Amino acid sequence: MLFQFSEEERLIQKTVRDFARRELAAVADISNRDGVFRDDIIKGLSALGLMGITIPEEYGGVNFGTFSLAVALEEISRICPSTAVAVSVHNSLANHIVLKYGSEELKAKYLPRMASGEAIGVYALTEPDAGSDVSAIRMSAVRKGHEYVLNGAKIFISTGDKAGVVIVIARTDPGSRTRGLTAFLVEPGFPGFSVGKVEHKMGLKASTTVELVFEDCRVPSANVLGEEGMGMQIALGSLDGGRIGIASQALGIAQTALDEAVLFGRERTQFGKRLVDFQMTQAKIADMATNVDAARLLVYRAARMRDAGENCSKEASMAKLFASRIANAAVYDSMQIHGGVGYTEEFRIERFFRDARVTEIYEGTSEIQRIVIARKVLEEYEQMYPV
Amino acid sequence: MKIIVLLKRVPDTEAKILINQEGTGIREDGVKFVINPHDEYGIEEGLKLREKLADGSKVTVVCAGPEEATEAIRTALAMGADDAVHVCDPKLADPNPFTVSEVLAKAIQAEGFDVIFCGKQAIDDDLAQVQSILAEKLDIPQVNNATAFEMAADCRSAKLSRRIEGGDEKIETSMPAIISCDKGLNEPRYASLPGIMKAKKKEIRKKSLADLGIAEVPGTGRSRVLKWLPLPKGGECRIVAAEETVDAVRELARLLREEAKVI
Ligand SMILES: Cc1cc2nc3c(=O)[nH]c(=O)nc-3n(C[C@H](O)[C@H](O)[C@H](O)COP(=O)(O)OP(=O)(O)OC[C@H]3O[C@@H](n4cnc5c(N)ncnc54)[C@H](O)[C@@H]3O)c2cc1C
Ligand SMILES: Cc1cc2nc3c(=O)[nH]c(=O)nc-3n(C[C@H](O)[C@H](O)[C@H](O)COP(=O)(O)OP(=O)(O)OC[C@H]3O[C@@H](n4cnc5c(N)ncnc54)[C@H](O)[C@@H]3O)c2cc1C
Repeated sequence: MLFQFSEEERLIQKTVRDFARRELAAVADISNRDGVFRDDIIKGLSALGLMGITIPEEYGGVNFGTFSLAVALEEISRICPSTAVAVSVHNSLANHIVLKYGSEELKAKYLPRMASGEAIGVYALTEPDAGSDVSAIRMSAVRKGHEYVLNGAKIFISTGDKAGVVIVIARTDPGSRTRGLTAFLVEPGFPGFSVGKVEHKMGLKASTTVELVFEDCRVPSANVLGEEGMGMQIALGSLDGGRIGIASQALGIAQTALDEAVLFGRERTQFGKRLVDFQMTQAKIADMATNVDAARLLVYRAARMRDAGENCSKEASMAKLFASRIANAAVYDSMQIHGGVGYTEEFRIERFFRDARVTEIYEGTSEIQRIVIARKVLEEYEQMYPV
Repeated sequence: MKIIVLLKRVPDTEAKILINQEGTGIREDGVKFVINPHDEYGIEEGLKLREKLADGSKVTVVCAGPEEATEAIRTALAMGADDAVHVCDPKLADPNPFTVSEVLAKAIQAEGFDVIFCGKQAIDDDLAQVQSILAEKLDIPQVNNATAFEMAADCRSAKLSRRIEGGDEKIETSMPAIISCDKGLNEPRYASLPGIMKAKKKEIRKKSLADLGIAEVPGTGRSRVLKWLPLPKGGECRIVAAEETVDAVRELARLLREEAKVI
């Protein structure tokens, strides 16, 4: 069944929930206030096996699927969305791309280190002039003998300064917008690689977001993922998993917004009544709870479809679009229920309010999700009712 | 060594417990069940001992409980236990500690054992009787509420600590023995994802009472729960208000002395 958990999935949820509530909760408020990425938390999650959750056993992973990852990401995000983004990018983008497109040598060399969490995987697509429009990527990669020489900069790269493995999409052919891109596996130790500007963001403060600079960065040609010219296909092909990951993150944020609203509203009395006894508060709670459940069902459906090997682009986009939108609505309403104190750093909702915003922006903006969904829906109608 | 760890499935510590209509038990709908938290210390101590010995010793979980206890058992296997015995029989629907001890004793004897770890009590009924009855039935020493455990090199004795009021008690016991474990003994590990993956393939041996050679449910009639009742509602609360705090305190003191007569 779509929404039924297997015994293992329940155990995974319990393990990650327990870890998040004990270890992560103990540091999340402070690391987000101070803008500190906690290596020890990633170490702890690695010890649980979470950094190789979808990698097969022969490469040191545990071979669970997108569904398990989604459940884990929701639990992490309920406590610390900053941590969730690092874990999502590592698993659903970096690990996925190396596994799917890496040569046998690359997989044998890198996947065990990525699965153990020793090498954190990051994903570098965005450039100053190429955000939603991947085909506008300019960073150049020129083949010289057994190497490619990379020049240019990537911006907004999550966890880029902590990376052990960087997946980079660069341009190998200026002549072709779509066939001209190639994906590379870059180690931060390669000559010519450096970390540039660090962004100061509105939220997700315990996750670093940095510029990566490539100055005559030499990458062995054996580190090409797939083949030269497949970069666009690889970038688009990994979107589904990434979107389900961020949808799960948004879902965790929304769940916490609801939790905090109800817990606060039960304690606070005005006009001789608890806030939760006012119908106007109850309407907000009802909307939040309904939205959270609906988002969860969309996330679960997309994840189950992906695990079954079905095409789930539309469903992943729907999950991401809806979960990120209702997460923002939920933090808004939850802060409203908190009143003035919700606007201060004393209460967790203030952090989640800021963290929620970006879920409508990265891994494809909401506008891009609508483009994907509409295109699919129109295609489906085209098949059902040809003109 | 054959290391036995006992496991009971209990309602989650965070669960809100409601008595059922008939007063024969708790309402289980919507309640999450977990490994008895004190038993987790026992599991962890068993795993630590196995790791320290590193000589092919095995940790076997023994649990008497309903069908649904499988998930708690699987969690212990995911933490690292090697295999499990699950005594599951409709006749064990509402057992008293004597019954459970008799059943566990038979199951443990069938397995063989060199040391037994369990929690100091189950957090549901708080009886803390099973370990003692079991020690008697197996005719082995027991040390309760252990906060430190150190097996001797020859595995024929162990040194332990117990936290008691105002200090620690140091104890030495011969082996085999049954050790009931207290908070502070160790930090139970999480069931890791690789552990969860491996647990799928580990064996849980299901046993009925007949399998253990038990014809009659032992210990019935010794003691039984007559009825479960919810706690009486808390007493009336009165708030003493006054313009100035000192006046409120003065009034409170007067009420405590003259009305409640407690000071
Ligand atoms: C915290 C954070 C972490 C990030 N991490 C990473 C990372 O790890 N790796 C990575 O590669 N990138 C990362 N990004 C970048 C992120 O993916 C981009 O910000 C995102 O893709 C949007 O691109 P853009 O910012 O260039 O906006 P633009 O593409 O310039 O879009 C601006 C606005 O125009 C709209 N728009 C654009 N095109 C259309 C259209 N055709 N129709 C209608 N509206 C349109 C957009 O929806 C948006 O509202 C991160 C960003 C942030 C904020
Ligand atoms: C930045 C900032 C600056 C401020 N500056 C000042 C200042 O200079 N001077 C000053 O005196 N105060 C100031 N305040 C306090 C501000 O006026 C209060 O926060 C505001 O009146 C709401 O009160 P509250 O925070 O106690 O929330 P509550 O009154 O507890 O309300 C919590 C929630 O319950 C809802 N609610 C309450 N009653 C009902 C009802 N009957 N029916 C339905 N819903 C209800 C509210 O709408 C809200 O959503 C400031 C607050 C902030 C955040």
